[in-house]
Amino acid sequence: MWSSWGRPYNIETPLKSFDLTRPITSQFLAIGNRRSYGDSCLITHGQGYDMLHHNHFLEFNPQTGLLKAQAGILFSEILTLCVPKGWFLPVTPGTKWVTLGGAIANDIHGKNHHQVGTIGNFIPRFGLWRPDTGEITCSPTQETDLFRATIGGLGLTGIITWAEIQLIPIQSAHLNVEWLQFSGIDAFLELTKDSQNYPYTVAWLDCSHKTKGNATARGVFIRGTHAVETQNIASLRLIPHTEKSKTIPLDMPSQLLNPLTVSLFNTLYYHKQITAKKQLLQHYDPFFYPLDHLNNWNKLYGKNGFYQYQCVIPFKDGKKHLQEMLNLIANSGFASSLSVLKTFGSIPSPGLLSFPQEGITLCLDFANRGDKTHTLFIQLDAIVLAAKGRLYPAKDATMSPETFKTCYPNWKEFSRYKHPQITSDFWERVTQ
Amino acid sequence: MKKHITIIGATSAIATSVAKRYIQENPHHHLTLISRSLPKLETLKADLSIRGGLHIDIDTQLTPKEPIDVLLIATGTIDDQDVQDCIDVNFTHIAVQLQKLIPFFEKQQHGSIAVIGSVAGDRGRQSNYVYGSAKAGLERYLEGLRHHFAPHKVHVLCIKPGFVDTPMTASFKKGLLWATPDTIAKGILKAIQKKKSTVYLPGFWKGIMFIIKNIPEAIFHKTKL
Ligand SMILES: Cc1cc2nc3c(=O)[nH]c(=O)nc-3n(C[C@H](O)[C@H](O)[C@H](O)COP(=O)(O)OP(=O)(O)OC[C@H]3O[C@@H](n4cnc5c(N)ncnc54)[C@H](O)[C@@H]3O)c2cc1C
Ligand SMILES: NC(=O)c1ccc[n+]([C@@H]2O[C@H](COP(=O)([O-])OP(=O)(O)OC[C@H]3O[C@@H](n4cnc5c(N)ncnc54)[C@H](OP(=O)(O)O)[C@@H]3O)[C@@H](O)[C@H]2O)c1
Repeated sequence: MWSSWGRPYNIETPLKSFDLTRPITSQFLAIGNRRSYGDSCLITHGQGYDMLHHNHFLEFNPQTGLLKAQAGILFSEILTLCVPKGWFLPVTPGTKWVTLGGAIANDIHGKNHHQVGTIGNFIPRFGLWRPDTGEITCSPTQETDLFRATIGGLGLTGIITWAEIQLIPIQSAHLNVEWLQFSGIDAFLELTKDSQNYPYTVAWLDCSHKTKGNATARGVFIRGTHAVETQNIASLRLIPHTEKSKTIPLDMPSQLLNPLTVSLFNTLYYHKQITAKKQLLQHYDPFFYPLDHLNNWNKLYGKNGFYQYQCVIPFKDGKKHLQEMLNLIANSGFASSLSVLKTFGSIPSPGLLSFPQEGITLCLDFANRGDKTHTLFIQLDAIVLAAKGRLYPAKDATMSPETFKTCYPNWKEFSRYKHPQITSDFWERVTQ
Repeated sequence: MKKHITIIGATSAIATSVAKRYIQENPHHHLTLISRSLPKLETLKADLSIRGGLHIDIDTQLTPKEPIDVLLIATGTIDDQDVQDCIDVNFTHIAVQLQKLIPFFEKQQHGSIAVIGSVAGDRGRQSNYVYGSAKAGLERYLEGLRHHFAPHKVHVLCIKPGFVDTPMTASFKKGLLWATPDTIAKGILKAIQKKKSTVYLPGFWKGIMFIIKNIPEAIFHKTKL
């Protein structure tokens, strides 16, 4: 019995460990570290192949920072190897426990999207295993169609066996970080504009707070840059993270995450800084991965699991649509505990089905309250579609086939490269 | 101190973690990695070299030439559809191979022989008694070998892991009792260094198995263990 990060439901067919020396005969899907929230990494009608033990480094050039590894390698392992040698992940999500293959299959984005785009831009080549062709090499000059379809291709084009990733140089494992309080979408957009030169920007949002029925959109804007050599000695050290983290022993009662606790959590985060602006030197681990401190925080939501909702809407009329969504959320009483706001830049995503496009992205958690939550999502989806935005498949468990096809008009072209022997619950849901 | 570590079944997830830990301890350790699949060994060698390993040999057969400080045997399978194969891989092949190595270790008069058994060998259970009995046989074999080597200063260790998250157990539902291969590897290095005879890994399995071994049969037969 296994599931994804949001635990929408369980899969009964046991996973098998991926091993090229054993034949694959049924319908199948490559499964990474299951940090996707919805059903894109779930397969009910077929066999899931666990990639986690396909995790060896293959080549590393410490002069150029080009790393080649098997696709099941975790980002945490890449960091442990590369940080001491002065290299860092070019793009990283909010957890270091994702696999390289999973990251490519969702063409993930990080806090630096406005400057560098998605991870697909840093993958010069990868190996793709398909039942009929065996392993083939894909790059911008070889098997170009499959290259474009596999980046952000949700595992549906084949199994990524290995990949090259171009790392970026760092002089320190620390970052110079600034926290700035803001209130209102205008203030957020203003800060975003002022921070274009910072490689990393993100904002935490308190979605429960409202004034006269309108969401206040107050929060903390965070921006950071990698520390450099000229700074103090402590910042200089290239020490990677430790693998220590706390584990929650059992499922927590889901009532624990009622709107009150959520609001409390957000208020605490908001007031943690005594002043309106705070500067600090932070190791990359708490800066990029604050949630990794609690190994299985998804269990905080109890047995019913939870949803994450992430959309991006274009800048044009973005403020209006965002305010509409925030009002809806604040008034629903289902306020989300972790809400993240960020802007995506104009660098095009390389994948046919990549999620990021220029605009504002909003990302929130919702405890699973059944129909009530679904109704809220339907309302939110409508706003996203009206805004000409889209939803992130890595997070999604509910969008309708119509919504998917409208968000991703390339889906038809993509279907040509999807392998007939590969399927996922997500794909079956959104193309039915 | 620079050691020569030989690992049979080196591609196993637990064995790979042991190799990584030895390289972390000292990149100059000499590692000889043995397994049936040369391509897998080549990948493993690349990985360990990138992690800093400086002296790594690979082969499909063990032909000991220089002194061995640590010999780890990690081959094993829980697949008991082919009963003969299950007993062969988990017991017969290992015993035959070790018998052949006796003169070599008698001569060198030092070293540790560490073999991975299992808690499954502690009591026969309907769910996996073919595997369990092979592991039980292995433990008795190692006990005898330890006795044999007592005058020769050769150390023999039987490692008994509980549930470990590896390819072998990919299909199992994971829970609180599960350990990572690296946790087991850490315990293996420590048990070798301390020259233990048997070790449960993680240690809490000693208590669990004590209880399981002592449940009266009448009650035991009512369980689905
Ligand atoms: C706390 C947290 C923070 C996050 N922050 C971000 C963020 O900031 N930005 C962002 O973009 N995402 C973010 N995510 C989502 C996460 O980065 C993606 O879901 C990622 O793809 C998960 O990788 P995984 O290895 O767990 O893959 P899985 O979730 O197991 O699988 C994801 C997809 O990849 C496919 N796949 C896996 N391995 C392979 C392979 N070898 N070959 C082919 N296909 C494969 C699967 O079939 C599936 O479609 C976050 C998730 C969490 C839990
Ligand atoms: N995982 C657990 O929960 C657990 C618990 C207790 C004990 N153990 C024991 O720990 C040891 C290591 O296992 P693991 O968990 O690390 O699993 P693993 O990664 O699947 O390793 C199994 C190893 O055995 C080899 N092997 C399997 N069948 C073989 C055969 N027929 N001939 C030759 N070699 C064969 C494999 O070689 P290839 O790579 O070539 O397939 C591999 O090296 C085993 O002895 C196992 O019984 C494991």
